[in-house]
Amino acid sequence: MAKSKSAYSVPGKIGKIERHIIVVWVDNEAGVLARIAGLFSGRGYNIESLAVAEVDKKKHISRITIVTEGTPQVIEQINLQLKKLVPVHKVADFKRGEKDILFRELAMFKILGNSKKIEKAKKICKKFNPVILDKTKSSVVIQVTALRAEIDKLALDLKSLGLISTSRTGAVAMTKGSKIFN
Amino acid sequence: MPKLLSGAEIVFKALEDQNVEYIFGYPGGAVLPIYDELKNHKSIKHILARHEQGAGHSAEGYARSSGKPGVLLVTSGPGATNAVTALTDAYMDSVPLVCISGQVPTHLIGTDAFQECDTTGITRPCTKHNWLVKDVNDLSRILHLAFEVATTGRPGPVLVDIPKDIQFKKGKYQFSKNTLKKKLNGKATHKISNLELDKFIDLIKRSSKPIFYTGGGVINSGPEASKYLRELVSLTGFPITSTLQGLGAYPGDDPQFLGMLGMHGTYEANNAMHDCDLMINIGARFDDRITGKVDEFSPGSKKIHVDIDPSSIGKNIKVDLAIVSDVSELLKSLIKRFKEKNKNFVSSNKQKTSKWWEQISKWREKKSLNFINSDKIIKPQHAVQRLYELTKKQDTFITTEVGQHQMWAAQHYKFNKPNRWMTSGGLGTMGYGLPAAIGVQIANPGKLVVDIAGEASVLMTMQEMSTAVQYRLPIKIFILNNEYMGMVRQWQELLHEKNYSESYTAALPDFVKLAESYGCVGIRAKTPSELDEKIEEMINIDRPVIFDCVVDKAENCFPMIPSGKPHNQMILGPEEEEEISDEGKILV
Repeated sequence: MAKSKSAYSVPGKIGKIERHIIVVWVDNEAGVLARIAGLFSGRGYNIESLAVAEVDKKKHISRITIVTEGTPQVIEQINLQLKKLVPVHKVADFKRGEKDILFRELAMFKILGNSKKIEKAKKICKKFNPVILDKTKSSVVIQVTALRAEIDKLALDLKSLGLISTSRTGAVAMTKGSKIFN
Repeated sequence: MPKLLSGAEIVFKALEDQNVEYIFGYPGGAVLPIYDELKNHKSIKHILARHEQGAGHSAEGYARSSGKPGVLLVTSGPGATNAVTALTDAYMDSVPLVCISGQVPTHLIGTDAFQECDTTGITRPCTKHNWLVKDVNDLSRILHLAFEVATTGRPGPVLVDIPKDIQFKKGKYQFSKNTLKKKLNGKATHKISNLELDKFIDLIKRSSKPIFYTGGGVINSGPEASKYLRELVSLTGFPITSTLQGLGAYPGDDPQFLGMLGMHGTYEANNAMHDCDLMINIGARFDDRITGKVDEFSPGSKKIHVDIDPSSIGKNIKVDLAIVSDVSELLKSLIKRFKEKNKNFVSSNKQKTSKWWEQISKWREKKSLNFINSDKIIKPQHAVQRLYELTKKQDTFITTEVGQHQMWAAQHYKFNKPNRWMTSGGLGTMGYGLPAAIGVQIANPGKLVVDIAGEASVLMTMQEMSTAVQYRLPIKIFILNNEYMGMVRQWQELLHEKNYSESYTAALPDFVKLAESYGCVGIRAKTPSELDEKIEEMINIDRPVIFDCVVDKAENCFPMIPSGKPHNQMILGPEEEEEISDEGKILV
């Protein structure tokens, strides 16, 4: 064993990293997002993406969807630590790839180019519910909704067709069928 | 229509309804309206500290020795930032504190006004929750919620930041209990099931090498929890060890008690933790000072973990049976269920654990807390032992600073009751003990309160002696003076080739004269022969005392588990260290 000069123990084995989507219902009050984000940064957890908006105007409840990565132990800690926060009502946790959960991200692409290139770009986006939000002779803004990896790939493919600006949301999630999160 | 009250009046009304008797604080511009209101509330006494950190640790000492939440009142900006160390300390050691801070008027927030800081932003990671009050009509609800959050679930600090204009504004006062019905901290609303209890009992019955590992959760659960713990340990006949924070929950001089475990725990406690086949963790959190190298921590044991905080379970160590519960409630139900079916368990189970107890006796024979005493120079361990012998007959409260003296106090002072031992374990805050002793003395008038201190630590909050003198609090500051930051020096000796970089304090004050200048009593002991007499003298003085106990400068704190090592590879003492010096270096 390497000679340790530390008053602390050496790190142990690290478990397998999993990607999870964590949905948190919170009181929409000042500082709540800082509490969530601070918990993640303070304890060294990752936030890959984060989407938040108020979903209940009357009760002032916001729904936060966080994509994160960690060992099963870390993911469990994230869940438990989130539940301890006073403004948190409930927490739902899904492993990426679970079958009965729907995930979507929204992206806007701005493409500059002649009509030929723009047509080509529209074609590439066809599978992902494209909406043309704005169009001029030399530019187009296309909105798509798709999975994270699909948007990654789209952005890559659109690059040669004149993509100059991308704006993406974090993932949001919902269960399939009549089931709801609890 | 109910009478409207000013924000400052609402603060005191809420404190009165929460039965607060003492607040620890320091005035300043942004809390003046609250200080102005103080005179109208005779049931609440304000203790003026000399620094907000001192006020915070005093509030902690008060809370830990009384079981009631400590209340802290500070001004904006530096008042709040000075309180941060105490808040973090309370957060780590689960001490219920309610900190009320003044803030600049609402319209100036965000303008970098005089003595403005983002108090809720700064204290967010070191409180269970905090609030910036923007409407005076929310104030009473928030204050009561603050007390509830601080004292329920795993206790901890909270902060309520009140802008100065809100303190003047008139608003409605409301007080309804159970505002936080929907959740405790961590939502520990779990009902203990018979299934869990039966699993627990089954594990107890199957075990032949069991150990109880208990922590501060037992103390925090109230005196009942200690009573039940003693009953359960006696019902099972199992050995028990305790963390630093759990000392006193079980009698320190009982034969079933193996002493403290962990980095500076006893040989028998750590080896028993390593070799056991059943570990029953009650209210402890598998801290890194306890587990050492996690991968090699007690490899062959089944583990039960009882904790009120669900996030403490499985955080560092995986367990086989996890029960989220208040310790007292769990032990009560467990004992009841256990007794129903297992009469005379101790005698019928004796055979099964006899080999285990034999092994423990062998470990005990190492006498790991032994040290080589001297008749010329006071050994620090000897000083703590003499202090214990001379104070054990009365109900004594001990606080400490952080470092070697803290470990020697934990090793050599035997506690028999909960809430008698106040030490900064999680955060390890030097300067904790003196102000904590002030809070302890306020909560326990007439009792003997001793801060076992190091000369380096105690200088960090020495100004609080002035507080002790002002309020006639006869605390005893028992300094083990070795002129070094002892624990730093020890690590440098063992790990950094005796390069004692900046760990020696030149130009220390004369503590006897310092005591006199504060208006208290100074006593110095230099030789073992005069020690007892001087300690007696200290105990018999009904005034604050600074006791300068001049001890061996080179003494190290043993036994110890070197970093990165499992529990069964302890260094026992200086003899062993020299014998295997080359190898020993690699060990640490």
